[in-house]
Amino acid sequence: MLNFAGQLINLFAAMLLLISFAMLSQRRVLSLINLFALQGLVLAVSTMVVAYSSSQHHLYYSAGLTLLLKVLVLPWILHRLIRKLNVKWDVETMFNIPTTMLVGIVLVVFAFNLAAPISQMAGTITRGTLGIAMACVLLSFLMMITRSKAVPQVIGFLAMENGLFFAATSTSYGMPMVVELGIALDVLIGMFILGIFFFQIRETFDSLDLKHMEKLKED
Amino acid sequence: MEIIWILAIPLTGGLLLALFGCRSFAPELNAMMSFATFVASVFLAIRVVNDGSFSAYNEQFFVDSFNVFLVALTAFVSFTTSLFSRPYMRIEQAHGKLSINMLRLYHSMYQLFTFTMLLVLLTNNMGIMWVAMEAATLTTVLLVSLYRTPASLEAAWKYFILCGVGLAQALFGTILLYFAAEKVLGAGGTALLWTHLDAVKHQLEPTVLSLAFVFLLVGYGTKVGLAPLHSWLPDAHAEGPTPVSAVLSGLLLNVALYVVVRSKVLVDGALGTHFAGDLMMGFGLLSVVLAAFYLSRQKDVKRMFAYSSIEHMGLVTFAFGMGGPVATFAGMLHMTVHSLTKSAIFFAVGHATQKSGTQLMENIRGLISTNPTIGWGLAIGTLAILGMPPFGVFASEFLIITTAMHAYPWTTPFLLIALGVAFAAIFSRMQEMVFGPATGQRLPHPPALIPVFVHLGLVLLLGLYIPPYLADWYRQAAALIG
Repeated sequence: MLNFAGQLINLFAAMLLLISFAMLSQRRVLSLINLFALQGLVLAVSTMVVAYSSSQHHLYYSAGLTLLLKVLVLPWILHRLIRKLNVKWDVETMFNIPTTMLVGIVLVVFAFNLAAPISQMAGTITRGTLGIAMACVLLSFLMMITRSKAVPQVIGFLAMENGLFFAATSTSYGMPMVVELGIALDVLIGMFILGIFFFQIRETFDSLDLKHMEKLKED
Repeated sequence: MEIIWILAIPLTGGLLLALFGCRSFAPELNAMMSFATFVASVFLAIRVVNDGSFSAYNEQFFVDSFNVFLVALTAFVSFTTSLFSRPYMRIEQAHGKLSINMLRLYHSMYQLFTFTMLLVLLTNNMGIMWVAMEAATLTTVLLVSLYRTPASLEAAWKYFILCGVGLAQALFGTILLYFAAEKVLGAGGTALLWTHLDAVKHQLEPTVLSLAFVFLLVGYGTKVGLAPLHSWLPDAHAEGPTPVSAVLSGLLLNVALYVVVRSKVLVDGALGTHFAGDLMMGFGLLSVVLAAFYLSRQKDVKRMFAYSSIEHMGLVTFAFGMGGPVATFAGMLHMTVHSLTKSAIFFAVGHATQKSGTQLMENIRGLISTNPTIGWGLAIGTLAILGMPPFGVFASEFLIITTAMHAYPWTTPFLLIALGVAFAAIFSRMQEMVFGPATGQRLPHPPALIPVFVHLGLVLLLGLYIPPYLADWYRQAAALIG
């Protein structure tokens, strides 16, 4: 049973990595939001499997929290936002996709190397997945760097938080509950503030393209 | 009991001001709330001085001489800043830069920002520290973009994204810390409590902790404004309203550095080497040197003083990195005098820019002839921050540099050159702004300059004479963090 659960978790981890790559290559904002919701769903299910197989009951709560926040609330807010801001067919320019993917592969190798000594020490059944969690964090980071529009940058930011959450589950069966609640609250408030912010940016610049926002530079 | 008051007053203040922030008494209510917080923090400080460190409420809060001095400083500077912001924001409103709703947002967020900083300082849980630090970013991001100008929106966006990414690194560091701690302390709520971690720090896994510290330093270091992670700081300071610049520079940077120092204590115990200190010294030295050269090229007065903050925070980080009783003592003294002096400078600069209608230094002239108090405030503040004796900054910089000469002689030329460059740049700019033919208009409300001189008076006092109980207090704290 334990062995099967371990394999299941590895499968979910691989799916998370795959979704990260898909997000990196996705040009459409709408599909990006759906991918983000899917990533949240995979995360919630894998947390639930970890909770079941290790009988860590508090993980059920955090799986539920993930499901509520990252699969339902945040994608819903994002959908509403882009409908109101009317940016859904925005095809954005970015770095050439094959190059970004190659850089992404290098990052994955780097993450696995960095995680190797630590995951050997972990006693959890999920220890092999720390490398993947780190890779997800780094890939989201790369996504934020290569995007020039505000909404995809924010999705990258949220995906990074997903990766961190996965790292916490895979090394030590999640953080203490009070901390997890705090983090979820921060993410939610952050999302609301960003929503207000998008409208302010739109009002001032008539676009959500961050290329207009490169005035403050050292010369 | 005092802890609850310290946290509850600004929290209720934030909610009350969200409701009544559009009334005409909102600035006074803001100042009253901040004053009440300050009184509560004084009671807490007295209790810690008498009874020593203690933890409360299921060990979720912890107070020792290191954080209580920062709590008192934070509460004091947020009180004086609220006094300054009363006429300042009224003048901004009279100039038509702010609407009544923006003022409501400002007052409410000001109190909540104070609350988050005090929570970072008082909590014993490294995870809650992270949560409160992130909340501090969230409360200030809309304050930076308060004027809704293109430049302020850009600054706020940069602030949000860079600090968000930085804090994500810090969260990863916290996760690694929890991972190492859970092996020793067992899973559950207690494994992130700093006091518990401190008790078992020698048993924590060294490889994990060193990796965790790298992430924590890079993460919280972004908020301290350490080079090369500082690029949000000058923008946020220059584009936000001046009271916000004053609290960001005087308080938030200190609070972020506080978390780094708390982590350093754990890592030092686990590793038994000077690894954490070396990293902090490296980042600190780089910040001092880079900031000094950047600030000599600035045209905007608030940007220039923002770079000066990076320089001083670099110096404090360097001092804590060196470690040892003298350097740590000097680092804490420098934290205190820097936050008092820099907020005083921002108060004076705020009114100076309102008079001239611009933040460009070439258009600010002759402050002393049109308004001598603003002019003298800026002149004396600048001399103090540049480390002229007899001000307190001189004492702390002198201690830091002499310790560096003994322990790490190779760093001395870098420090001296950087301080010299900063001196030359800021001093000549200050002379042009303060003296010379006058420009600028009268202010519609009388400016509030009492906070400026109270702060500078305290800095002067700390330079001439450190009261023995304060010195004891610093010494105890220095012994705690090593």
